[in-house]
Amino acid sequence: MKGTNLGEFEELVLLTVAALINEAYSVAICDELSNHTGRSVKLGVVHAVLNRLEEKGLVKSELGEATQARGGKRKRFYELTMQGKAALVNAKAMRDQLWARIPSLVWKNT
Amino acid sequence: MKDQRQHHPPSWALQFVEWYCKPGLVEDLTGDLHECFERNVQLHGPRRAKLIYIIDAFKFFRSYTVRRSIFVNLFMNRIMIGSYVKTSGRNIMRNKLFSFINILGLAISMSVGLLLIAFLLDLRSYDRFHKNGERIYRITNILTSNSEENGKFGSTSIKTGKLIREKVAGIEQVTTMRSDFSGDAKVGDNTVPIKGYWAEPSLFHLFTFPMVEGNPETALKDPYSIVLTETAARKLFGNQAALGKALKIDTLVYQVTGIMKDIPFFSHISFEALVSLSTAEQTNKGDKSFDAWTNMWSNYVYVMPSKNADMAAIRSQLNTLSTEENLAEENDKIQLELLPLYNIVVGESLQQSEGGPGFVGPHMSPVLLWILGGLAFIVILSACFNYTNLSIARAMRRVKEIGLRKAIGAGNSQVRLQFLAEAIMISLASLLLSFLLFLILRPLLINMAPEMQRTVQLSLTPAMVAVFILFSVAVGIIAGFIPAIFFSKISPINAFGNISSMRMFKHLTLRRTLVVVQYTVTLIFITTTAVGYVQYKNILAFDLGFNTTNILNIDMKDNKPDAMLKELSEMPEVTALSRSLITTGVGNAWGGNMKYKDSRDSVLVMTNHVDENYLPLHDYKLLAGGNFIARPATAEAVGEVIVNQQVLKRFNIGANNPGKAIGEQVTLNGRNLTIVGVMQDFHYGKVENLMGPVAFTFWTPDDRAIISVKIRSTDMPATMARIGSIWKKIDRVHPFSAEFYDEEIEDAYSEFSTMIKIIGFLSFLAISIASMGLFGMVVFTTETRLKEIGIRKVMGASIGNLIYLLSRGFLFLLSVSALIALPVTYIFFQTVVLPNFPYHTPVQITELFVGLLGVLLIAFIMIGSQTWKAARSNPVAVLKNE
Repeated sequence: MKGTNLGEFEELVLLTVAALINEAYSVAICDELSNHTGRSVKLGVVHAVLNRLEEKGLVKSELGEATQARGGKRKRFYELTMQGKAALVNAKAMRDQLWARIPSLVWKNT
Repeated sequence: MKDQRQHHPPSWALQFVEWYCKPGLVEDLTGDLHECFERNVQLHGPRRAKLIYIIDAFKFFRSYTVRRSIFVNLFMNRIMIGSYVKTSGRNIMRNKLFSFINILGLAISMSVGLLLIAFLLDLRSYDRFHKNGERIYRITNILTSNSEENGKFGSTSIKTGKLIREKVAGIEQVTTMRSDFSGDAKVGDNTVPIKGYWAEPSLFHLFTFPMVEGNPETALKDPYSIVLTETAARKLFGNQAALGKALKIDTLVYQVTGIMKDIPFFSHISFEALVSLSTAEQTNKGDKSFDAWTNMWSNYVYVMPSKNADMAAIRSQLNTLSTEENLAEENDKIQLELLPLYNIVVGESLQQSEGGPGFVGPHMSPVLLWILGGLAFIVILSACFNYTNLSIARAMRRVKEIGLRKAIGAGNSQVRLQFLAEAIMISLASLLLSFLLFLILRPLLINMAPEMQRTVQLSLTPAMVAVFILFSVAVGIIAGFIPAIFFSKISPINAFGNISSMRMFKHLTLRRTLVVVQYTVTLIFITTTAVGYVQYKNILAFDLGFNTTNILNIDMKDNKPDAMLKELSEMPEVTALSRSLITTGVGNAWGGNMKYKDSRDSVLVMTNHVDENYLPLHDYKLLAGGNFIARPATAEAVGEVIVNQQVLKRFNIGANNPGKAIGEQVTLNGRNLTIVGVMQDFHYGKVENLMGPVAFTFWTPDDRAIISVKIRSTDMPATMARIGSIWKKIDRVHPFSAEFYDEEIEDAYSEFSTMIKIIGFLSFLAISIASMGLFGMVVFTTETRLKEIGIRKVMGASIGNLIYLLSRGFLFLLSVSALIALPVTYIFFQTVVLPNFPYHTPVQITELFVGLLGVLLIAFIMIGSQTWKAARSNPVAVLKNE
């Protein structure tokens, strides 16, 4: 079941796509990720991940309106698919389950 | 915001992305890159932004972005290149003669290119060792006197430096250098002549001249401080520590306050010592003109604006500054300009102050470099033509190969690549040979002229080798371009069908044109050499208006000439002796302002101070009056002048009648003088200058002296050795510097002889290359027509007929080139070159045809020998094998 599992970075990108709603295109995603994670995120990496997510069917994309700022080139906006949403919910649920299994004692000892 | 709009990402990187990227992805990908680029322009500036753009463009080259077909092509090409190398290698080996002609021709022509590249790289490396070099500028003065533009000078006044320091905002460092500090430095018994500049402490902030010992902040502060280079210090003090020691120059004692590293070879400023500028201020205390605005002949001001300074603002401040200063001046107006440090060596030509101390740093005008580059390019192109011609001529033999390649699936681009690969292989092979030639030619080029030795070293660097290889690949591409296009167009159907139907009849014109162009260029080269050489000889033999044969000019440096004169006059070989201030006719000049009756009408006349023997020794022709009558001992007592006709003409003295001018009064530099003699006009400057007004006044012992010795000797070397030993007795420090007048004249025109040598060499190369090409063509055509010749012979054609038949075409081409080349050269000389020389002799027909005859002779031998061989071949041997 390799296809449905999410990598750590893939999950972050997917979450950002969801958070940005209508403004989710590569550069914006890249900025948002840098701001929130504090690590420098390369555009090329984001591009590659988005491409992979699309291949997996977790996101879908369409070209937007042309703007002057990008040398007249259109943006490609990304949106979660049903599968994408499910994958995120899945991932969160799995984590919550695991979290719930940690006895509170563990934290106190360390 | 508007400003940033102008920046665009590098277009080639954009095209690169568009080329490799899948069509579906390309739009948003390039859009993203563009957005990042604009952001980076704001954040890091346009340069960084472009760099990041390029890096990103390459980073996006990933498996998911790249089009499938590109991978396939790249893969295919990698396999095919091996095959191309193999077939090219075989092809080169199979046609040994053609490969030899191509490789040798390219090697010869490329060696010129290599020399030029090495030369350019050397010139480009000038002054790059200064850390802040990009920000350093030298002040250029534009002098306008009496509303007549006098040209641009690299020198300026001391006042300029001071004013810039006080008034101009945005300048971080200013430093003034005053030229021609020279003298004999004495330490104990050791005397060494030393040359350098007066300089300021800020010099060490501005330039990167590292100090070995001493404090750069204070070393040039106090008067009578001197900073020596390591070499100079070693010469003076041997291995002892020099810092803090005293040394004596003339009558003044200086203290050594610093030792600095030797000046790198590639520096436009070079010196052995720096003396504090405050010393010059002290010694010139009484002289008001020392820091006058118009005293701009021997100082150099360098400025370094602060980082991110507004250059436009600095320029306008300089303009205001000079406008203010010009208000106080009556005649001379000076404008200031900034010349970037890196443009000093290769940049516009600036004037030297005439008669004053020279700042003869290395300099090369871009125009000259372009001309040399153009000539080298033509020679290289000629060798490329050989390749093109011979490849296409041999095309028939390879048509089948290409047809087969195409039939099994090679595309046009692959055939093109194959032929380019072959050409590049040939050019890389010739690079090896031409590199050997480069090593042989290098010392010849450097030793060609003394200026060359001072300007370039041409030593190999890794960068140079890289440029060489790039260059040879470029040559290969140029040479292989036309054959590649030609072969890629061959269609496989024709290739296997009747070859003669698709023959290269269309391309015959191309080949003929190339041969004509080649020979035209060659002929232009060689006739230019011939005409230039004759003109140069004419200049040397030119009647200057005075006699220069067997006259030795001895530069006395700072010694009094009396002792030397006495010794010389005792030698039997010496027939006459005279003293003068400068040597004329070789470009030296010494000027003064002359006035006649009208005190407002002053004219710059060229002067020389000569003694009573000077005129007879040099056979100056006097039209009226006679030699100097008085023999004054001081400059103040001089009251007589001998002028030339031009002076009379200019002032209309005695209605232009020499006889009536005698006894008239003129003033020269404010001193009243009586005309005692009138000379016939002669050439004071070089032959290219018009004859102007000249005045001779009497030489006095305060002047520097050049002794002219008229010698009549059968054993010149012995006489010279004797004179040299006399010099040794008088001056132990300075080397004996004497030269025959005729040789001095030759040196004065050395730039012409250098130019002629270069063009002569290039024309030699052009001839060899063109001849080799022609030879190849003749061999090829005779080979392909051997059968025809055999049949013609059987039918009864004579050898003479056959030779005529075979060589007819080539002779026609040669005459076409001659018809183009000769008029072009003639017109070029008559309208472009010779008008610069008002006293030239016209171009003679003989000079024009000498070169033509030479080239034709070589061509005839080439054509004749081959056609002769073919025509004599036995028809039986040729016709029997089919």
